[in-house]
Amino acid sequence: MSDQANRSSFKSFMSSGQPWVWMNAGAVAVSMIMVAGLLFLIAIRGLGHFWPKTVYEIEYDNGTNIVQIVGERVETEEVPRKRIVESGIRVDSDKDLIERSLIKVGIREVLGVDFMLTVAPNERSVRTPEDVVVLERTQWGNFYGYLTDVKEDGETADVGDAKLWDELERRLHRVTELREQIEDIEKNKIGSINFQLEKLRLKRRGLELRGVTEQRSYDLISARQDEYTRDYEVLKAELDALYRDIARDSITARVMTGDEVEIKLANVVKAYQPNAMSLVAKVVFYIKTFWGFISDDPREANTEGGIFPAIFGTVIMVLLMSIIVTPFGVVAAIYLREYAHQGLITRLVRISVNNLAGVPSIVYGVFGLGFFVYVVGGTIDQLFYQEALPSPTFGSGGVLWASLTLALLTVPVVIVATEEGLARIPRSVREGSLALGATKAETLWRTVLPMASPAMMTGLILAVARAAGEVAPLMLVGAVKLAPSLPVDMNAPFVHLERKFMHLGFHIYDVGFQSPNVEAARPLVYATALILVVVIVVLNLSAIYIRNHLREKYRSLEQH
Amino acid sequence: MSQETGSTKSLIPEPLEFNTQLWKRRSIRDFLARNFVGAGGIAVIGSIILIFVFLFAVVFPLFKGAALYPVSSYSLPDAAVGDSLLYSTEEQAEVSMRLDSSGVVHFFYTDTGTLVQKFDLLAGLNAKISSWKHVDTERNILALGLDTGQILIFRHSYTLRYADDRRTIIPRISYPYGEEPIDLGIGRQAVDHFAIGDNEDGLTIFAYTREGPRLVDYAKVFSFLDEDEIVLELASQVSLPYVDRPMNALLSPERQWLYLLNDEGVISLYDIRSAETPVHIEDVQPLDAGSRPTAFEFLIGGISVLLADDQGDVHQLFLVRDEDGNQHLTEIRRFSGATAKISGLVAEQLRKGFLVTDDAGQVSVFHTTASRHLLTEKIADHALLHLSIAPRSDKIVAEDSTGQLHVWKLDNEHPEASFSSIWGKVWYESYPEPDYVWQSSSASSDFEPKFSLTPLTFGTFKAAFYAMLLAMPLAIFGAIFTAYFMAPKMRGIVKPTIEIMEALPTVILGFLAGLWLAPFVESHLPGIFVCLLVIPAGMFVASLAWWILPDRIKLLVPEGWQAALLIPVVILCTWMALAFSPWMENVFFGGNMRIWITDTLGIGYDQRNSIIIGIAMGFAVIPTIFSIAEDAVFSVPKHLTSGSLALGATPWQSLVHVVLPSASPGIFSATMIGLGRAVGETMIVLMATGNTPVMDFSIFEGMRTLSANVAVELPESEVNSTHFRILFLAALVLFVFTFFFNTIAEIVRQRLREKYSTL
Repeated sequence: MSDQANRSSFKSFMSSGQPWVWMNAGAVAVSMIMVAGLLFLIAIRGLGHFWPKTVYEIEYDNGTNIVQIVGERVETEEVPRKRIVESGIRVDSDKDLIERSLIKVGIREVLGVDFMLTVAPNERSVRTPEDVVVLERTQWGNFYGYLTDVKEDGETADVGDAKLWDELERRLHRVTELREQIEDIEKNKIGSINFQLEKLRLKRRGLELRGVTEQRSYDLISARQDEYTRDYEVLKAELDALYRDIARDSITARVMTGDEVEIKLANVVKAYQPNAMSLVAKVVFYIKTFWGFISDDPREANTEGGIFPAIFGTVIMVLLMSIIVTPFGVVAAIYLREYAHQGLITRLVRISVNNLAGVPSIVYGVFGLGFFVYVVGGTIDQLFYQEALPSPTFGSGGVLWASLTLALLTVPVVIVATEEGLARIPRSVREGSLALGATKAETLWRTVLPMASPAMMTGLILAVARAAGEVAPLMLVGAVKLAPSLPVDMNAPFVHLERKFMHLGFHIYDVGFQSPNVEAARPLVYATALILVVVIVVLNLSAIYIRNHLREKYRSLEQH
Repeated sequence: MSQETGSTKSLIPEPLEFNTQLWKRRSIRDFLARNFVGAGGIAVIGSIILIFVFLFAVVFPLFKGAALYPVSSYSLPDAAVGDSLLYSTEEQAEVSMRLDSSGVVHFFYTDTGTLVQKFDLLAGLNAKISSWKHVDTERNILALGLDTGQILIFRHSYTLRYADDRRTIIPRISYPYGEEPIDLGIGRQAVDHFAIGDNEDGLTIFAYTREGPRLVDYAKVFSFLDEDEIVLELASQVSLPYVDRPMNALLSPERQWLYLLNDEGVISLYDIRSAETPVHIEDVQPLDAGSRPTAFEFLIGGISVLLADDQGDVHQLFLVRDEDGNQHLTEIRRFSGATAKISGLVAEQLRKGFLVTDDAGQVSVFHTTASRHLLTEKIADHALLHLSIAPRSDKIVAEDSTGQLHVWKLDNEHPEASFSSIWGKVWYESYPEPDYVWQSSSASSDFEPKFSLTPLTFGTFKAAFYAMLLAMPLAIFGAIFTAYFMAPKMRGIVKPTIEIMEALPTVILGFLAGLWLAPFVESHLPGIFVCLLVIPAGMFVASLAWWILPDRIKLLVPEGWQAALLIPVVILCTWMALAFSPWMENVFFGGNMRIWITDTLGIGYDQRNSIIIGIAMGFAVIPTIFSIAEDAVFSVPKHLTSGSLALGATPWQSLVHVVLPSASPGIFSATMIGLGRAVGETMIVLMATGNTPVMDFSIFEGMRTLSANVAVELPESEVNSTHFRILFLAALVLFVFTFFFNTIAEIVRQRLREKYSTL
């Protein structure tokens, strides 16, 4: 090809507009990559958290002497050498880029830190010893070390021929069972007694406020209080015995500094030897840990343990919200589409409803706090819960107010979706029904609404997805970092609408940004985020599926 | 007729009977349904209006002025006209005290004037009062200058007692520095003027006698036996240069500055940080020619001084540091409002407000920070001589020249808020110049709250700007391609993906932005910037390569799948840019670009900065703009483009000259709605910025937005306080702003839809 032809080809390429078309295509590509990348990132980090990671034993030259580091490699990245040298670390290499790893070393009580940074050239040797033990504890974070002894009441236990590790597992099993019993007593039984005692206290206060002087009512309350106190004493004795039992076993282990540390098994949640595990064992471990994550209560200021209360709180709040938002949204949509005169006013209202979807969620939170919590809740407290004052019952954030606020926030979503569904139903359907003598209400109830129900479903699903992910308003109207009790439990009246609750989204914010040890809590936040994202993506995909299906159906209806 | 009926009976239905039970029931049900739906619909619409009305109702009291309501009026007992020196009122405003010139303190019920108790301060002292002053209004400490060259410092306090279910307040007089007056060591001569500065370390007394001004400094020594007992130890005693005709003096509570006023209104400023060697700094004359000073007081906190004159003006002055670090007493504000000669000035005890009384019997209420004149009310027919305000600023007691006491209830909830204090530049105490500042709370009680929403609004728009910078090109170009060029099959994948993108909770975006993206960007800074160049370049090269490719290969991929082809290209470009990032950092930026930015460019660098916000919030805004813009482009009638293509235009030409002009209002409204979302977004900015309310447009620094500020501060704010209402105002601003832009966008869209339906 001659030079000139080439140039004219380039010129025609430019004038064809193709580069611009490709640029536009590139914008789509970038957006797609962003979404996929984000989901991928959350999935990898969230799922990876539960996998038992290899524990390394590194002989490390920290510049002054050689030390041993035992821990998991959390992150490795390439860093310019200068940056490392500037931070005062001697590097045994003259390469420009140095590999630097973040190692999780646990044993916060010995080292004072959870993590250590190592640079690859200074790692003298790296081993993965099979007998490294990882303990997940209720305090001080993870433990990495080598088991040296199993003790009973402070004396070396007689383990016979059994291996130390098997003995540890056997004893840990016993401790776990005891712990479950303790939890059952503390949370359920004693919790229930405390609940009843509080109720009695309020009852007495209520009587005093109403000026009841009749001694018999007070005696009755006292009698019941005594009864509960006696029950409590019995449970307390039981509990003490259990605590004695659980404190029996302990182990000693050698940590990376060479020190021997004694650990009470009562503080150990889980023990495993990741380097000795087979793939199958790892998969089983993975599934168990994942299940524990979604079914357990959080520990250590939410930075460890599970997220069950947050999942539960989110579900209850969303359910309540759905109960409130569906009828209102649907009725408003029917009104706008079927009953209201289609004039300027209706048009304005429709615009406002559409706009409300764009009003910042924090504004709803502010409204919820000011109106629901302080005005409505405050009034309810004055009228019905005077005995509890000055501590508020409904006059502070709670699951009811949160649901109402989110219902207000999501009502436009339901209205818009339902209206769209109603608009898609061909006139002929309505006219047919009316021509057969049905009243308007009957037409609506028997023909139009059943046909529009998938649209309502879509609206509701979208509303639920939005509510499940919304955090800003909840920060104001009742989501808390740690709720002492669930909004639904076994104490009458079972549903406690005034209680504060935990929420997945708020949990992410709180653990990720407000917790004292963000670095250690990070994997957990990823896992929580993963669960939230999965819930929301599934909800949205189902809404999209239903809607697309619906469109197909109406298209065929219209063609007849 | 009747005969025919018989034969056609089977063909013509019998006329419907509308009067049956069933029909009635049905029409009732229809009626009920209609009303129920109507009521429900209107309720939902009503609740929308309620949001606006409620927010407005909470905000409204901010801008209400003050009001005074009469409580009672009575004459002084014992016809003690002209004999009062000063008044004070206790916390609950139930009991007030009056000090008379014979040294007797009268405690009386504020509302009735009934005497509670009397104390004679001078009992056993052979002395007369020559001057008097409040020393510490918060702790109720007062002092008297005696004609014996002594100062008597005393304190009035109140204890509550419940007896027979009745609450009684018992007043008490105590002497924090002993019952014996402090002898200034100047012999028996009257203390004509004095000022006292009192803090934990010591006590400084300025006294003016006929021999001239003197400064006496004491150190505080705590007694070994009794921790409450304080012993004063003389530290230094110096004379100041002679001042002619002094009128009043003030000594800052921290014992650093002495303000000496003469009767022409000249304030002499002394630096007394070292009490042995006071330094005269300057003389300042804030009054207009011909005016005479009438009152001179500190504002709460002891930083600002207030000087009232006989023309009805009050001047606020405080020390301002110039560029060389020297302090100058500067007039900050002037308050005019009292019409007659000001007779007295009292500062509020919990806020930066003050009240003045004048010769016409009027009381005027002002607030300094907000530059507000809240009220002037005539409460007596005669000149007012003395005024006392309750610590909670809810009641005032004033004595007029006829010896009549006037008690009024003061309703002044939110003097701190004014248009200028919320939106304008305000010269706050100890600031070198007027500034926009948001700082709503502090540990100290005499803190000056700084309620400027300007830096927050600025932060809001800064965040929105950077988000739109990323989101607008990506979303609009992407929407154009998706609607106009993309193969339907791929469109079926892209659109739901964008919907998922829209549904992703912002808390997750914020969390990733704050904890993953921010450190990542910090360590790959050069790579991020190079990405901006490399990715478009990569796209261009890809399109050129495709153009050159032989048709044989081109035909393998159907038209409209360019976006899919570009995905590996973009990934490759990004990977390359990031992989080369450490290398570039080494070569160009001395190994660390962050340090290079701060050291070489001199720009501050926050880890959570506007780049992070731009990316994270851009991500949140893209789907909003994308969906609406895509809808607008897609619904351009097909025959328009067909016509253009048939006339020989390329697809790109048809797009630019036919499609875009008619879809541009839709794209505009998409942008508006996206902007609305960016402005109101809370969680992302809360988590991905440092939340510092700075007014700096730098891309390397963070911001604090209105929404994040509300989310952080509202839960801790006291209900119905000024702070609480200003946060509601911030919410209202957000509401109105987004509602306004969304409405414009929505109207534009509806117009567009109508236009298309006629085409």
